[in-house]
Order: sequence, then structure tokens, then C-alpha cells
Amino acid sequence: MSLTNLTAHELGDLLNRREISSVELTEAYLRRIEEVDGQVRAFLTVTADLALKQAAEADGKRARGEKLPPLAGIPMAMKDNMCTRGIKTTCASRILHNFIPPYDATVTERLLEAGAVLLGKCNMDEFAMGSSTENSGYFATRNPHDLRAVPGGSSGGSAAAVAAGEAVFALGSDTGGSIRLPAAFCGVIGLKPTYGRVSRYGLVAYASSLDQIGPLARDMRDCALVMNVIAGHDRRDSTSAPLEVPDYTKFLVDDVRGLKVGLPREYLGDGLDEEVRGWVKRAAETLEKLGAVCEEVSLPHTRYALPAYYIIAPAEASSNLARYDGVQYGLRVEADDIVSMYSKTRSQGFGEEVKRRIMLGTYALSSGYYDAYYLKAMKVRTLVKRDFDLAFEKCDCLLTPTSPTPAFDTGEKTADPLTMYLSDVCTIPVNLAGIPALSIPFGTVRGRPVGVQLIGKAFDEGTIIRAGYALEQGTDLTRPRPALERTVEEWASSTKP
Amino acid sequence: MGQQYETVIGLEIHVELKTTTKIFCSCPTAFGAESNTHVCPVCLGLPGVLPVFNEKVLEFAVKAGLALNCEIAPFSKFDRKNYYYPDLPKNYQISQYDLPICRNGFLEINTGSGPKRIGITRIHMEEDAGKLLHGSSSIVNSGYSLVDLNRTGVPLIEIVSEPDLRSAEEARAYMEKLRSILEYLDVSDVKMEQGSLRCDANVSLRPLGARGLGTKTEIKNMNSFRSLQRAVEYEAKRQREILEEGGRVVQETRSWDEERGVTVSLRSKEEAHDYRYFPDPDLVPIVIDPGWVAKLKASLPELPDARKERLVAEMGLPEYDASIITGSKGLADYFDAVTAEFNEPKTVSNWIMGELLRLLNASGVEMRENKIKPADFAALLKLQADGAISGKMAKSVFEEMFATGKSPHTIIKEQGLAQISDEGALAAIVEKVIAGNPGPAEDYRRGKEKALGFLVGQVMKETKGQANPGLVNKLLKERL
Repeated sequence: MSLTNLTAHELGDLLNRREISSVELTEAYLRRIEEVDGQVRAFLTVTADLALKQAAEADGKRARGEKLPPLAGIPMAMKDNMCTRGIKTTCASRILHNFIPPYDATVTERLLEAGAVLLGKCNMDEFAMGSSTENSGYFATRNPHDLRAVPGGSSGGSAAAVAAGEAVFALGSDTGGSIRLPAAFCGVIGLKPTYGRVSRYGLVAYASSLDQIGPLARDMRDCALVMNVIAGHDRRDSTSAPLEVPDYTKFLVDDVRGLKVGLPREYLGDGLDEEVRGWVKRAAETLEKLGAVCEEVSLPHTRYALPAYYIIAPAEASSNLARYDGVQYGLRVEADDIVSMYSKTRSQGFGEEVKRRIMLGTYALSSGYYDAYYLKAMKVRTLVKRDFDLAFEKCDCLLTPTSPTPAFDTGEKTADPLTMYLSDVCTIPVNLAGIPALSIPFGTVRGRPVGVQLIGKAFDEGTIIRAGYALEQGTDLTRPRPALERTVEEWASSTKP
Repeated sequence: MGQQYETVIGLEIHVELKTTTKIFCSCPTAFGAESNTHVCPVCLGLPGVLPVFNEKVLEFAVKAGLALNCEIAPFSKFDRKNYYYPDLPKNYQISQYDLPICRNGFLEINTGSGPKRIGITRIHMEEDAGKLLHGSSSIVNSGYSLVDLNRTGVPLIEIVSEPDLRSAEEARAYMEKLRSILEYLDVSDVKMEQGSLRCDANVSLRPLGARGLGTKTEIKNMNSFRSLQRAVEYEAKRQREILEEGGRVVQETRSWDEERGVTVSLRSKEEAHDYRYFPDPDLVPIVIDPGWVAKLKASLPELPDARKERLVAEMGLPEYDASIITGSKGLADYFDAVTAEFNEPKTVSNWIMGELLRLLNASGVEMRENKIKPADFAALLKLQADGAISGKMAKSVFEEMFATGKSPHTIIKEQGLAQISDEGALAAIVEKVIAGNPGPAEDYRRGKEKALGFLVGQVMKETKGQANPGLVNKLLKERL
């Protein structure tokens, strides 16, 4: 048994039975990071001292007989776009290379209150713009299942850390698929909650109307446990929903009898890897065998979602990222006057993809172009949302691939941004509609994990958690672990780029 | 005689609302704190923060809208106005673009030719920016600039008028009336010198009788009612001279230079910002409950026009007095308090308009800092009415009251100013003066009325001004 591939609830049991201590557990994870992170490169910052201190606190409480919540003493990681007081938060951007927030994000507060142990901050595509974690301003993260492959993005560091045994679970953020795509590529579970379910306070904004924080985890129970901690209304986020949050573990029932699952035909057409198609079909069959009813549905405006996204998200980003100007914090490149200072700071501080999207967004919002681009994209967004509304009149949830292909090779798509953008074609419509979706591993293609996506109604994370749990219980396909169970040396040599 | 031109003016007025906390965070709004102490991650615009709308701002904005006869939008939203400036930490300002909270109102001003209605296009809510302190005179030629973000996020409303104003005087009257209404509503400190009331003017000229609008310039940086009037006068004259010479007015933003008394070009239309407005995704739309608006409307305080009418109808004040007295809420409240104790409204208004306003203006003291308690004011007027002190003495006591805040009785006692109205005591002095001035006494007896004045003066001199002048007159006449 290795501590670094158990789930949070399994480790919680060990902690409760005093078979291990949180300090031992944390040390095991820190050792694992030391061993493998040179290859995986999931972390931008490792907070070893803090983690051990938090672990010791959890142990102390346990020793005093305090009843602790399920994640107490469990080592986890956060994407580096969530603010952590006193700990560098860079968004993997050079422009925030030295930014240490004076405050905690709401999710940080909630996790720390729940006793979780912060191991560090994970690498990502700069400002969450990308699908491969190759757009980090520092270094690229690699896929723990195959070091030649990308981990997906933008929460690639978080997904890779969980897959490589470097964290029990992690938080990611998802604007167009940034939790689900890396979850699929790295063979872990990733849930993007309904927009408004989890507070965005302290999440450094990329596209505010789409961003949402969610868990990356090893199984559905962990996913539900993390959701129980992070979900819920927050007065500091006006877009967070003032709704009651259910206990998500209540949906971990191995019963999908009568569940109506829609298979949107637009997600299963051209451009889909045949083997991936096969796995999606097999997931549908599995659910049917367990008593669910699958039927084909249509989401006719799906093809317009990607272009609409690439107007709306950059438009919001162009404004959200305007504050990185060298005046108050972050990188400043000195110059003779204020305008040159702005321009030099931003030219040197931002990477290519971020600049591309700032330019796209600035253009789309410009006087005379607003109606043709932004306004039209917002109309498309309404149509995309209506597609889902109509489908949900007949179905309880939808099943699709998470991405048309398994993880691609490092460098394979960096030359052509458009092909890179297509990785998110199955995940982006969900963000535009603001609804919840999760990616769960289901089989592998050429040794690389495949994820299937379950999409639910707004604020009905419960149903997709139930369906995901059924897939997990009904097959042995949802935890592709081979890469993790080999020794580091074997694993590294077998997948050396 | 050449072409006659008409001046067309529209004003954009920014008003800082006096809510306790800022518009999108809970930092205090108080003026005058040490730099960068009224700040938090939200108003500093740090990465990851989100704005939360302070609903008190909505209440104040809607009150202003109702007082200015506006329609209140049932559905309104916030937009981002994007531009780079170091006093704006997010490099966008949260404002309202196409769905402002109030529209289509008006305000009535008095002009030489009677009352005139000035249209109000819209009122919208927004956050204020911070302040820059430049090492030199401007950001362009300074080696460095310091940024104070205390003001960042203080709530503002911008009140945009229709181009209905036709002269600098009208512009000033509009601005003064607006200030008065906002003061009555108690939604702002309305202090131009502290920047809680700020004004930009759009000025253009057109041939008299024409319907379209000429090319306009926008004038900024006017920090008092007087500079507004002067700047608009100057700008209208500048444009008239250009047009008369056959030139064309350039559309641009100009800055008023108070010292030189001129407007200077700041930036042209081509250099104007493209603000790239779009709905702020961090804030939810504002949906207004009509019942709430009705309640606010019912709870509005009495406004200057209504109060003025009341003073005319109930107190019998002349229109002119009433409009001066009610021009500021502080003054009107003061008037009411004084008349409550001394019920001669016209006498009170004479004293307020004559003495009090003169002293306030001369000393630069604000009405609210006025030390004279209404009860003391009334007591002074009563002393004068009873003949205990002369009018001249009353004025001098009033000045002392204004300077020290002491009661009139205290001052009179301290300075031994009580008027001598004792016939016996005065009679002796009168007789002494007649005896000592036989010439003038004889002149008066021969019908030279003027000589009496001289004799009165001598009595006053003997009594150090404390003699009751009426009594002195009477006694002198009796004895001559």
C-alpha cells in the first residue's frame, strides 16, 4: 500500500484509526513531490513548512479527541490562480512573479477551515488561457501517464499532481474546460460546478462570467467531499447563488435505474477519435446495463459555441487583465514615462497566448465592432443555453466525450492556436450555459486516459455525481493507475520523451 | 451688424454620495484621511477581488432622481468603462452605460425672464477614482507621481443635463439649484472645493434661430461656481471669435486655467478614448421594486422650491428673500430656528441676508460652522426691538457673537454696552451738552434742523454710544 495513491476518504479512515498521522502522510506526499516533480513539474510553489505545520495542527486536534471534518489532515494542492494569503500567487505569469496576496480566496479559507493541508500551488496555462499547460510563463507540466504528452489545461498542474500521487486532491478552475480537459488527459475526476455554486472571490479572473472553481480528485467520493467544503453562497461574490447546498455524498448511491441520459449527436460527429467514440458508447452501455435509459438528443447550436466563447472570454479577459500595469504590484519595467512603462511591463510580463486573447477581446469590444462581435456572441450564448434547456426537458443528464482525442504530445499544437482551441469543443458549451459537468476517466487509448463528460442541469451536481458514481462502481475503468503503480524509474524510462 | 450667435450649454455633474462606506466594499468614505488608509483588497483592485454593490448608493441615487423628476429604471445594470490611468487600479471604472438608473427628468431655474425648465437626460451611478500627486505640475512632466487610493470606490452619481442652458449665468443657476436640492436630500456634502461636487461643461455656439447644434467643446477643471461661470463665458467668447473670423471650432476637451482665465486644449476628438463599455460580469443587474420607489418618494424631504413657497405664503417673506433663504438647507433651517423664537420673519431675513451672509462670505466660514446659536440671534433681535440696544450696537454685538459664539447678554455685559434709556440719567447729560454748545443750540432754535444731529452726536459721545437715540432726540427737543 502506498499512501500516495489512496483517496482522501481512504486516508481519512487511516487517520481516524490512528494508523497514520497527518504529518506522516504529508511527509509522504512531500517526498513524492521531491521524487517525481522534477519530471511532472506540477508545482510552481511547494509550501512544505506550512503543510507540515498544518498537518501537525490536525494531528494535535485528533490527539485531543476533537471530531474532525473528512478532509482534515489531507494534503492537497491549489491552482496558482487562487489567492493564498502570504503565499505567492502568480497565475503562472511573469507579470505576477512576485505577487503575494494579503488575503485568502473564499475556497482557500474554506479548505483551511476544513483542516486540509496545503502542499503548494500548481502550474497552469498563464491566467488559465490554454489547454495544455504549455502556456505557463515558467515551464510546461507533463502528463504523469506519458511524459511525452501534455496534461491538458489550463489546470494541468492540479490534474497532474493528483494523477502522479503528488496531492490527494486539488482545486482547478474551469472557464472553457480547464478542469475537465486535464482531468480527462490525466485520468482523474474533474468537476466544474454550476456557475454561482462556488465563490469566485479570490480566484484571479480570466473570464468572469464563465470562471468556476472545482475539484480534481481520484474518485467520486473525494469529489463529493471537496464539493461539500467549497460549495455555497458567499456574500463577497455577487454572482454566487444564495441557495442551500446538499450533502453531495448523499448522491453516492449505486443506482441509476430510470435515469434518462441524453447522447447529443453533435458531440459524436466528425473530428472525434474513433477509439474515444468507442469508450463513450461503452460508458452509455454501462449506464444502460445499470438501468439508465439512453437516448440520442440534439444540441443544434453546438458548433457556434466555440467561436462565441472566443469572443466573450477574451473580451472579459481584456478588461480583467488591464490591472496588470506595473503601478501597484507585480512586474514593473521602468521607462521614461507612464505609457512606455505600461507598454514595456505588459510586453515583457505577458506570454503570447495571453497577448493574443487581450488583442482579440480589445478588438471585439471596440467602438463600431461591439454589436457585430460581443453582442452577437452573447446572443449565441443564449441559444446554446436554450439547447441545453430543451434537452433537459427530456433528460436528467447528458453524456459526451470530454475531448475529441486523448492527450496529445507536447509541442504538437502550440504552432496552431486554432487546433489547440478545438480540444475544448466539447467542454466550452457547458461554460456558456453555466451548467455543471464532470469528466470521469473511462478507458485508455494508446496508453493515454480517456474521459467521458456528464453534463447536468443548473445546480443539479447531484445527478451527475450519481451517474459518475455508477460508472465508477460498475466498471474498473475509472481509475487508470498503471503509471502510478510502477516505480518512478520504470515509469519515467518507459515514457521518456 | 454680423451674425448673432446663441450659446448652448449642457452640464455633466459628478456628485459624491455621502454613504458611510464605499460603493463596492466596506471601506469608509470619509474625506481627509491619511493617504491609502481607507483601502482594502477590493478597492485596491488586487487580483481576484470582486465588487459587492452597496445598496445605500441605489437609495441615494433614486432619491436624487425622484427629486429631479426622473423616471426610475425598473431594470438597470453596471458596465465597465475601460481606460488606463494610474489613479484607477483596475484600469476600468465600474459605471453605467446604456441602462442608467434614472432618465428624463428636469430642474427649474430662475432666469432674468422668469422660471425655466432644464432637462435632465440621465443620472447614473459609478465609482470614483483615486487621486494623483505629481512631483511636478502634471503627470507628463513629473519625475514621479504619488497615488492616493482613499477616494477610489467612493460612490458617485453623474447627472447629465440636456443642452438647454443658454448662458453662463444659467449654467451657474442650474448648478446652484442642483447643489441646493442635493443638500436638502442629504445625499452629498456638495462641496466643490473638496471635490464632492464636480462639473464638466459642454459648450457650443449656433446662429441665433438655428435648430441644430454647433461643434462643441468639453470644459473640465472648474472648481467653483464662479469658475464655471467664468469658464463658460470665456469659452463662448473664444468660439464666437473663431466663428466671426470664419474659422471652425474644433471638437475637443479643454481645461479651465483659473489663474490665466482661459481654457486650453487637453485632447482632440481623435485622441478621445474608446472606452469599450460592456456589462460588468461581476455584478448582477439591478431590478427595482416599484413599491420601494413609491416609499422613497413619499419619504423625500421638503425641497427648496416647496420651502420657498411656504416661506412666502406662511411667513409673508418677499420672493427674493425666500429664494435666498431657501437656497441652502442650512440657511433655511437656521431661519426657521430664529423665527421660532423671534417671530418677525422679515427682520430675521434682513439680518440673515445682510449681516450673517456678509460675515460668512468675508470670513470664508461655512454656514454649518456658524457659531451664533439661533436662540442668541433671536435674543439679540429682541434686545434691539425693546430698545435695550441701538441698531448700531446690535450690529457690533452681532459681529462679536459671530466671532466668539458668546450670547448677546454676555457681550453687552462684558463690554458695558447696555443702552442708557433712563430719562433721569440722560436728562442731566442732555442739559450739560446744551449748556456746553450754545452755538448749535441757538442754530436749532432758529430752525436749523441739522444742528440737532450734532447735539445728538455729542450726547452719544458723552455716553460712549450707549444712549438710546430716540430718547436723546426727545429730550433735546423738549429742552431746546
